[in-house]
Amino acid sequence: MKRFAPLLDALVFMPSRLGKLRLLREYFATTPDPDRGWALAALTGELSFSGVKSTQIRKLVQDRVDPQLFELSYDFVGDLAETVALIWPQKPGANYQPTLSDVVDGMASATRANAAALITGWLDALDATERWALLKLATGALRVGVSARLAKTALAEWSNVPIEQIEGIWHGLQPPYADLFAWLEGRAPQPERGNLPTFTPLMLAQPLEDEDIPKLDPAAYRAEWKWDGIRVQLVGRGGERRLYSRSGDDLGAAFPDLLAALHDDVVLDGELLVMRDGDIAPFNDLQQRLNRKTATPKLITDYPAWVRLYDILEEKGEDLRGLSFDERRGRLDRWYQAAPRPQMDLSPLLPFGSWDELSQMRDGARERSIEGLMLKRGDSTYVTGRPKGPWFKWKRDALTVDTVLMYAQRGHGKRSSFYSDYTFGVWRDQELVPVGKAYFGFTDEELRQLDKWIRDHTVDRFGPVRSVAPLLVLEVAFDSINRSTRHKSGLAMRFPRIHRIRWDKPAAEADQLPTLEKLVS
Amino acid sequence: MSEPSKSPDWLKPTPRGLYCEAGDFYVDPVYPVERAVITHGHSDHARAGHGAVLATPETLAIMRQRFGENAGGSHQPLAYGEAISLGGVDVKLVPAGHILGSAQAVLDYRGSRIVVSGDYKRRADLTCPPFEPQPCDVFITEATFGLPVFRHPPDTEEIDKLLHSLKLFPERAHLVGTYALGKCQRVITLLRRQGYEEPIYLHGALQACCKTYQDFGVELGALLPVLGTTKDELRGKIVLAPPSAATEPWARRLPDALVAQASGWMRVRQRARQRGVELPLVISDHADWDELLATIDEVKPGEIWITHGAEEALLRQAGLMGYRARALSLVGFEEED
Repeated sequence: MKRFAPLLDALVFMPSRLGKLRLLREYFATTPDPDRGWALAALTGELSFSGVKSTQIRKLVQDRVDPQLFELSYDFVGDLAETVALIWPQKPGANYQPTLSDVVDGMASATRANAAALITGWLDALDATERWALLKLATGALRVGVSARLAKTALAEWSNVPIEQIEGIWHGLQPPYADLFAWLEGRAPQPERGNLPTFTPLMLAQPLEDEDIPKLDPAAYRAEWKWDGIRVQLVGRGGERRLYSRSGDDLGAAFPDLLAALHDDVVLDGELLVMRDGDIAPFNDLQQRLNRKTATPKLITDYPAWVRLYDILEEKGEDLRGLSFDERRGRLDRWYQAAPRPQMDLSPLLPFGSWDELSQMRDGARERSIEGLMLKRGDSTYVTGRPKGPWFKWKRDALTVDTVLMYAQRGHGKRSSFYSDYTFGVWRDQELVPVGKAYFGFTDEELRQLDKWIRDHTVDRFGPVRSVAPLLVLEVAFDSINRSTRHKSGLAMRFPRIHRIRWDKPAAEADQLPTLEKLVS
Repeated sequence: MSEPSKSPDWLKPTPRGLYCEAGDFYVDPVYPVERAVITHGHSDHARAGHGAVLATPETLAIMRQRFGENAGGSHQPLAYGEAISLGGVDVKLVPAGHILGSAQAVLDYRGSRIVVSGDYKRRADLTCPPFEPQPCDVFITEATFGLPVFRHPPDTEEIDKLLHSLKLFPERAHLVGTYALGKCQRVITLLRRQGYEEPIYLHGALQACCKTYQDFGVELGALLPVLGTTKDELRGKIVLAPPSAATEPWARRLPDALVAQASGWMRVRQRARQRGVELPLVISDHADWDELLATIDEVKPGEIWITHGAEEALLRQAGLMGYRARALSLVGFEEED
């Protein structure tokens, strides 16, 4: 725990992605196996032990500390694991200090009966930061702001191995990843994927800029809708099935129905949606099923999952990525027609003659389920990453609304001296109701101006938040707007950003709530 | 010493502060008074505008530097260990180990002794002599960190964290929030003791206090003002500033400032995060929980009066330890570290 605890501690406080990457790189470079492997497993959510409940931890501390003093302390600190870590009485020189590997091994083989005694022994031997890390680990609540993707990015940066190569074998690996580290350090060949249902890193599209359009030959490109779900990869291999997100996170546990529907050895690229009677449900409905450890039968019935297929990368062990898009699309059609494919359909190709025609189609599509268009060269092979040229995404224009700035919050890291997070509202009769929050879309110079304006127009302060006089109009752009019970206005925007600062516009002329309600998709 | 059953009544908490009627003086009064005994220079203890002020020469110098003409009508320096009689009350100032010039006021009257410890700590500090425990009938203690969650780690570990971060982020200025008086100079001396010899850059608000310390012979090494430096000069350097400076436009002159703060409150993560601190350094000039308890056990007072901080928990603990204790609930003491 000597190295792992300071790493977690530093990650908790580090707001910037670059800073977190640097902390992780340094850790992987200076920590021996198997500890760094177990740390990687902890950060990527791959550790599997049942853990202890916070009520058990609470009981442990009450045997050691006066209950009244504990309550006063807990009241002050607010977080149970942290209170226990800080208040636990030191036993100097008490015990052998466990390594991260000791803790992981111990927890993995612990029974419900002896887990508490095990943790007590470790708490006695560790310092306050290590105790905190131990309790976070043991209760399964790391929450240090590191995604699996970020951890893999750090590995890639540290080793100079492209992240796609790491992602491509990741799901065939087991903690503590000795073979992975040996490969990344150049001491061993890349671990074999074998016939495991690993993730194949995706091919991604570049945004299409207006000036690109005249350079492109319409006849060389195929067009299809960009559906408003999340991009996924469905993998069947050697009798195993997996569902991966675009960053290679395993989503299978939340979608057992989709896995059960796949019977072939095949790797498919598509859009995950919730579909009811042939209609795509709002993105909010899909969110009901994401980020869950399991799916209840009720959830599966109420939010039926669906995959709209874009591409096929592998069939019966044959790697199709070297084929052209047109050839792959033919293979996909044939595979799809060959047998009933429940909970799946094909994303149709859209015939078009010119960019103007396609542009009109794009502008005409106002259904909530469509984000815009995808353009793919018919002769493009499937290349991992985001090459410029073969694939473009052509998003439809954002919606905009004129709002009034209500609150501003100080940023973090580079922005800690700026009020950079803005909550804005629209009018409901004479009252402003908040409808969203945005912290990008403006230039550095505009940030400076906004910051000054906010400091000059503050009417109240709550910690890092300032309430400002309702005078400044912000034109906010967003992709779509949905009903939401979480917000006072009853609405929630997707991807809101500051489009323009309307220094010129009187606040009374900002939009009314009913105007926004009409935009609900 | 008097009998334990009788509580001395010649020093009383009043809205203006602790008042000694026999000697007609206040200790650390929060409003201007005729005669004040001041334990140390922090602004919640040393206020401007008193008539006669009795304090250590260091504390008087600090008050003059901070308040100028308002530092008090007349100043009477009393060195550590010297005694003086005020209306039959013997007053002595002994080291409290808190900051430069900080003292406990040891008051003897008609055979009983009250010690007003002011703020104090027990670990080593190169800027002031260590706390000297005084046996007494009443020990008046602070309780800033009077909760058992506050156990400050060794200073060296915290300074190592800062030095390590400098290596890991050599392109960023490390902006360490410190109070101008005490913490700033303590952090500097800790850095120097750990072999850091680079110039340390100061926010304008810290310069005068550093000068006072240097005047009293505290070695601080090379100090440079931030004013007039370029961004590139400050990369990978340590910049000290008042804690609030990190959120002010002032901080934008620093190259991608990494915000650290040196304070006992940094022990609690949520507190550090609320303040936007990226590198919390648990360095305090106040006694932590263990130091409070150890001090009580060393002083073995007949009675404990608790002035400011987490009184409730320390009251409870004093009771568990078998001491008679009460909370004075004095007004005007700020939460500082």
